[in-house]
Amino acid sequence: MTPPDRMVLFIKIADAQETRGIASLHGKPMQQPPQLPDRLLRFFLADDRLEEVLGDLHEEYRWQVNRVGEQRARWQYWIDALGFIKPQFSIRQESNHYSNPSNTTMLRNYLKIAFRNLARHKGYSAINIGGLAVGMAVAMLIGLWIYDELSYNTYHQHYNRIAQVMQHQTVNGHISTQESIPIPLDAELRNKYGNNFKHLALAAYPGNRILSYGEKKLARTGNYMGADMPEILSLAMLKGNRNGLKETNSILLSASTAQALFGDTDPIDKLINIEGKADVKVTGIYEDLPFNTEFHDLTFIAPWELYVATQPWVKQALDKRVWGENSFQLFVQLADHTAIKTVSDRILNAKLDNVPAEDKKYKSEIFLHPMSDWRLYSGWEEGVQTGGYIQYVRLFAIVGIFVLLLACINFMNLSTARSEKRAKEVGIRKAVGSVRSQLVNQFFSESFLVVVLAFVGALLLIMGSLPWFNNLANKQITFPWSKLPFWLISLGFILITGLLAGSYPALYLSSFQPIKVLKGTFKVGGLAAMPRKVLIVVQFTVSITLIIGTIIVYRQIQHTKNRPLGYDNNGVVMIPMLSPAFYGKYDVLKTDLKNAGVIQEIAESSSPMTGVWSNTSGFNWQGKDPSLDTDFSTIWVTHDFGKTVGWQFKEGRDFSRAFSTDSSAMIINETAVKFMGLKHPVGTVVTWGEENDSRAKKYTIIGVIKDVLAESPYEPVKQAIYVMDYNNVNWIMLKLSSNRSVSQSIATIESVFKKHIPSAPFSYKFAYEEFGKKFASEERIGKLAGSFAVLAIFLSCLGLFGLASFTAEQRTKEIGVRKVLGASVLNLWSLLSKDFLMLVIIACLIASPIAYYYLSDWLNDYQYRTEISWWVFAGSGVGALIITLVTVSFQTVKAALVNPVKSLRSE
Amino acid sequence: MKRSYLGEFEEIVLLTVAVLELQGQAYGVAITHEIIEQTGRSVRLNQIHAALDRLEEKGMVKSEMGEPTAERGGRRKRLFTVTAYGRRTLQEIQEVRVSFWSRLLNPLNLTIIGG
Repeated sequence: MTPPDRMVLFIKIADAQETRGIASLHGKPMQQPPQLPDRLLRFFLADDRLEEVLGDLHEEYRWQVNRVGEQRARWQYWIDALGFIKPQFSIRQESNHYSNPSNTTMLRNYLKIAFRNLARHKGYSAINIGGLAVGMAVAMLIGLWIYDELSYNTYHQHYNRIAQVMQHQTVNGHISTQESIPIPLDAELRNKYGNNFKHLALAAYPGNRILSYGEKKLARTGNYMGADMPEILSLAMLKGNRNGLKETNSILLSASTAQALFGDTDPIDKLINIEGKADVKVTGIYEDLPFNTEFHDLTFIAPWELYVATQPWVKQALDKRVWGENSFQLFVQLADHTAIKTVSDRILNAKLDNVPAEDKKYKSEIFLHPMSDWRLYSGWEEGVQTGGYIQYVRLFAIVGIFVLLLACINFMNLSTARSEKRAKEVGIRKAVGSVRSQLVNQFFSESFLVVVLAFVGALLLIMGSLPWFNNLANKQITFPWSKLPFWLISLGFILITGLLAGSYPALYLSSFQPIKVLKGTFKVGGLAAMPRKVLIVVQFTVSITLIIGTIIVYRQIQHTKNRPLGYDNNGVVMIPMLSPAFYGKYDVLKTDLKNAGVIQEIAESSSPMTGVWSNTSGFNWQGKDPSLDTDFSTIWVTHDFGKTVGWQFKEGRDFSRAFSTDSSAMIINETAVKFMGLKHPVGTVVTWGEENDSRAKKYTIIGVIKDVLAESPYEPVKQAIYVMDYNNVNWIMLKLSSNRSVSQSIATIESVFKKHIPSAPFSYKFAYEEFGKKFASEERIGKLAGSFAVLAIFLSCLGLFGLASFTAEQRTKEIGVRKVLGASVLNLWSLLSKDFLMLVIIACLIASPIAYYYLSDWLNDYQYRTEISWWVFAGSGVGALIITLVTVSFQTVKAALVNPVKSLRSE
Repeated sequence: MKRSYLGEFEEIVLLTVAVLELQGQAYGVAITHEIIEQTGRSVRLNQIHAALDRLEEKGMVKSEMGEPTAERGGRRKRLFTVTAYGRRTLQEIQEVRVSFWSRLLNPLNLTIIGG
């Protein structure tokens, strides 16, 4: 029998035995060993051992049966079998004949080599990973910020169907756009255009209003709104329902307000007092609106009907259908299957059709401003939408991409610069059979390793810097750990960055010819350094542009802050008159506060020092151009207002108690003089109303003051008139005594106010603080731009530092030879630094016009703006050069100082 | 020369393999029986397998699958052979022992060698 035949025979026998269990080789019955241990072994043993072990066990069993009998053989069998149940036998034996590489073997090798490379060049690795981590962190932070901006207001379910009704009006040839609309527009839209809307809700303006429950008094921001508003905003009701505003004396509270007022007791059906004017019943509690919604500070909603009932002027406007009183807001939710644009076009003339003939000249156009545009597209110029916040979103998106690009450029530069060091490795790999695609894979896996490490670093950086960033950007961004899209985007991010950062080294290094590399004739020529130089120029162009931008933003802020105010806001305290209890207390407050010696002066006014709350028109005077629309900022004040805020008179005099006629006196600002075209303003009689109308009120101008900057510090001051009225006032102004500490004075003032107006909480504002808030947005932009500029220059320098150290290392021998031949340290230093300086100078030349173009564009948005002077560019350029020089010198000086004996000895 | 450490038991197993491979019978059960017979120790199959594994890992033996037999239920044996390295190791051990024994039996050699 040939061996294969024998084998077949045995296998057949084996089959027979196993299946029937009674076969025999020599004619005698063969006892089977117990089954259970076999099964256990089949479960526990590695499959490549199973055959051998079971074979041995069975053979042993038979031998034992013959020796000691079946009973004891079975017993032995158990002991033997159980002896094999050990971890060492359940592991596959590694076959050590030939390796059997799988796909992951090479990957493992790549990673191993990558880790070894990282560990060997710790400095480069730190620069690479650290720089990339910073870049990614910045890009991700900006990404989170942009996401937050784009998701603004999306909390509301009907986000896409909500709009605010707004109007364009033409005044003195210019189209102005405003959200304030007249009351009758609501009824008009309901009656004539009703089928376009699902809900309409009139609203007042949000403001600090006093809510009191028993002894508890709080000033909270809230508003009076139509009964449909909770439905429009799809408020998440925690208690009660969205119909809670249907009754006049009701109120909806946000969860935080309810908590502040009632603590843990159930607020539903409790009566609270609002503004000292009405008692209202709490009918519902809604979840606080998130920070990134328009209405995030709306902490209570009172019914619109209550506003009408408690404010006589509103009731009058409603009853008499006053179309000229633009003092209200109107929010709508569109009917299903209607497009905002179509409806907006339909209601274009809703106001114009109804206004009296003399008001037709304002050409009022009603339109809808969709909620999706509220945040980012809120700018209007001559009736055309001009963007708004979206500019900053775009700006920072670009900055984010650039910062990431800078970090990627560092990575590419350092990798290619080091390529010569790894050329031999590439040569050997190619010689032993790597094909190019494998090398490409290798370098990509290396770059992915670095990117993943950098990503982890970036996550840590973000976690560390998010609170700071939130503070800076005035956001409440949380890290979206649990959001799948975030991780998907991050993954995409890693892929793109890995590809971007790894592409150049991967494609470039893998193209080396092994024969040249291994023979040692390989030299990276001048051309190879070219892309590196271009990349450095790109880096520094971005950095210098950002530096110039930051300087100009800050100069603009400074320039505007130094703008003459026209009054002295030092020590001026403003107290809002939040409830009727404040009125009629002027004299007692004045006496008490003056006796206490804490104030120099007290006055009342209809507007705060940092805003103008009313504009009026309909004035006439001698020599007025009939076509002029007399639109004035109008501020009602009391006698001592001028003294309190420190008016600066150009002509004439202040209001005085000595003249009883001052009740019909008027003070105007410089702009008003120009606007009215008056040659001798003092003494001019101004009529409010038609000249021959008996009801019209006549005022005599008694003084002209320098323009008071109350509204936007970037806009020219509007023509303003000041007249006296002790009733039509909303703010108490105090001028603190200069010889007392502010905190003491405030404490004394609070006690006086508590004594005379016990029903209201004491709240106050410093005029200079309120003025400072007008710069918040610009300062935020400045700070963000500044931070990014610092990061950009940091990243660029990091890359430069790495490159400089690399060049110095590469030219060690050259430097040694030069030194032996007599070059001085200064010679060598300039030799090594020169190249880098040239690149930075080129970057300066490119950056300056780019920065000039964009910044003059930005400044154009401001009426009151700084000049872009040449020294900003020169300064930024010189700054960049100095930073470069310092960075590079660190390495070049080190290289130049090396003893040539050391650098030349190695050969 | 540095060599892999070989335990006493491993050494015996390796020796047994060297002996049995001459008859082509160096596999688990045979080795076990041989050791029991020669040394009188009670040895279990799993110990032999573990020792053989270790020896193979150290490169002292190599193995291949043999032919199936009936008493094994038609399963194949794993037949071991000693590698050149294994042989050299055995020889070195032997030499070390011989040199010590010779010094023990014939102390004069010490002075001659140390000479």
